[in-house]
Amino acid sequence: MREVAIISYVQTPMRRDAGANNDVEMLMPTLQEALSNVGMTHKDIDFTCSGSCDYLGGAAFAFVSAVDALGAVPAIAESHVEMDAAWALYEAWLKIQCGKADTALVYGFGKSSHANLPNVLSLQMDPYSVQPLWPDSISMAALQARALLESGKCSERDMAEVVANSRRNAKSNPKAQLKGDFTVDQLLREPTFVSPLRKHDCCPITDGASVMILAVREKAEKFCKRPAFITGIDHRIDAHGLGLRDLTVSESTRIAGEKAGANKGPIDVAELYAPFSHQELILRDALGLDATKTKINPSGGALAGHVFMACGLDRIGAVATRIINGEANRGVAHATSGPCLQQNLVAVLEG
Amino acid sequence: MANACAVVGVGQSSRYRSKIKVSIAGLVREAAQEALKDAGCTWADIDAVVLGKAPDFFEGVLMPEVYLADALGCVGKPMLRVHTAGSVGGSTAIVAASCVQSGAFKRVLTVAFEKQSESNAMWALSSRQPFSPHLNAGAGGFFAPIIREYMRRSQAPVDIGCKVALKDRTHALRNPRAHMHEKAEDLDLKKYMDSFMLWEPLRFSEVCPSSDGACAMVLASEDLAKKSPNPPAWIHGVAMRSEPTMYPWREEVNPQGGIACAKDVYSQAGITNPRKEIDMAEVYVPFSWYEPMWLENLGFADVNEGWKLTEAGATFIDGGDIPWNCSGGVLSSNPIGASGMIRFAEAALQVRGMAGDHQVDGAKTALGHAYGGGSQFFSMWIVRSEKP
Repeated sequence: MREVAIISYVQTPMRRDAGANNDVEMLMPTLQEALSNVGMTHKDIDFTCSGSCDYLGGAAFAFVSAVDALGAVPAIAESHVEMDAAWALYEAWLKIQCGKADTALVYGFGKSSHANLPNVLSLQMDPYSVQPLWPDSISMAALQARALLESGKCSERDMAEVVANSRRNAKSNPKAQLKGDFTVDQLLREPTFVSPLRKHDCCPITDGASVMILAVREKAEKFCKRPAFITGIDHRIDAHGLGLRDLTVSESTRIAGEKAGANKGPIDVAELYAPFSHQELILRDALGLDATKTKINPSGGALAGHVFMACGLDRIGAVATRIINGEANRGVAHATSGPCLQQNLVAVLEG
Repeated sequence: MANACAVVGVGQSSRYRSKIKVSIAGLVREAAQEALKDAGCTWADIDAVVLGKAPDFFEGVLMPEVYLADALGCVGKPMLRVHTAGSVGGSTAIVAASCVQSGAFKRVLTVAFEKQSESNAMWALSSRQPFSPHLNAGAGGFFAPIIREYMRRSQAPVDIGCKVALKDRTHALRNPRAHMHEKAEDLDLKKYMDSFMLWEPLRFSEVCPSSDGACAMVLASEDLAKKSPNPPAWIHGVAMRSEPTMYPWREEVNPQGGIACAKDVYSQAGITNPRKEIDMAEVYVPFSWYEPMWLENLGFADVNEGWKLTEAGATFIDGGDIPWNCSGGVLSSNPIGASGMIRFAEAALQVRGMAGDHQVDGAKTALGHAYGGGSQFFSMWIVRSEKP
């Protein structure tokens, strides 16, 4: 396998509503910054891949207008996944492994402020037997949280601790949307929203875009002093029906972590895409993370800002940034898709 | 540097139709199971699944890959979902090939589908994007003016479009899976020319149908391909190109992206004269006039001369030197998200000698082609009976 590294990563500030800025307008300055940070131009990019969702904009082909941001004249080698951009990174990684590219630009964007994201996500369900019931993403996550609480694997206090940590960590993340000092008792005094979830147990609605640049070792070292090498990457999917799997565990995360070699060395930092507080606990367990040895979600994670379609890439970017800055040597990043953590990707990054 | 990869299994809906009365899961599963059977393997032998389809709006299912994980035997395995507009079926096959060519996997299943009967593609393509021109016209309305411009430049006779459609629908009679099986007496130039005008200059007879259907392939590494029960189709080149929908001086009739994509895929396969060196091609022609336009864009004919090949019967399976769309093409079956993969899969079937009644005798090298968006996304592959 070729050695592939992340050399640049930029995300927009995560905001509840980006106003009149459209996808391309969020993307263009971010893209320019990601390139100029490492002294590249779009001509240095061999392959481009993105992740976005038509349903957020309410129109087919959200990714088509984004091509306008790329300087794709003359035409470029480009692809798109209707998945979180973490999987766009995976496609780009495959392309580089094939020897068909030495560098790649990966981006994801989403403006969830346009729509009602929890209801949009109900369209992910089986269109014949489940979708007609309009089960929104928060209600499905609440079912999972209830199952987890009843299994005795966690308490509401554990969930509130996840939130308190996220808000506290986010204070040092200038891009974060939600941050601050909250005590667990303070959080537990809040009313439930969709029982047993309180509002703070749920990720916020966020607008934003993120861009990442990958390169093989020779190129990476030319453009970046300390690239973050992807030493393992794998993704897996679980059964779709919520009744067909044990919602208190994430088997696909466990397999992906194992295949990516997450535990083959010390983990300084882990960024987990947990849109709901209890899911962070499930993911920690699936990856065998020890919170006393590993900094978990130092960026604040998805609870501090959740750009749907980029949040997984943002987790990888957050780990990469700490490695590039010399704050960590080895880290694990995780991305998810589907209801109740159905599909999961794990990447291992090393300096 | 890429590892060798071959198509060892192909599966398709038994018949592309306007209403296939099974669930989406049933639709993809039928094609996938046929591909596995062709490849002589079972679900357990598959390392990863790559799913493709055009906008989620077409069926109203957001990210259908999560719903289809079970139907595609993917639980516990990697699942990727590609979406590159109309070219998606081709792009999906290319991403699946990269799974094997990269060395990451040994055997992957790739599937593309569309169930147009569960929604309205025309509506799905017509919703408004902020700050963009509002085209309440579907795909045909978008392409009609570009076709008009081609007719002006090339001075082609006005009946060329109908001749393309007649040729493809004649081919379709040899393909039991084709959606459109017209009666022999209806395959008549006068009837085609008298068909009502849909989007000037496109007549109803010259546009693709709305189909349901799925297509699947099993792609395998060299060692596994050599052990497969049926002949493999070896991948000799893959390429994708994208350009913006609109920019000043954009060449919309003969897009630069298509020319660049063809140049790339030909150079990988060592092809310098496509008309001579390619035995047959399955090319994405959803509106009749795109055959002469793509003949030029893909280098089979000089600019403004493509229609002469069509007129001379060069693209007809009987007697043509470069048969195009022997399966009947997109003009005879159009499950949109699958249509690109059908082109890639039919090219593979031809070089495997497994295309049945629409087999081109002795086909050794074939081109699969797909395009999408406003003629701005291209994907192509070259497959051969011989290993690279």
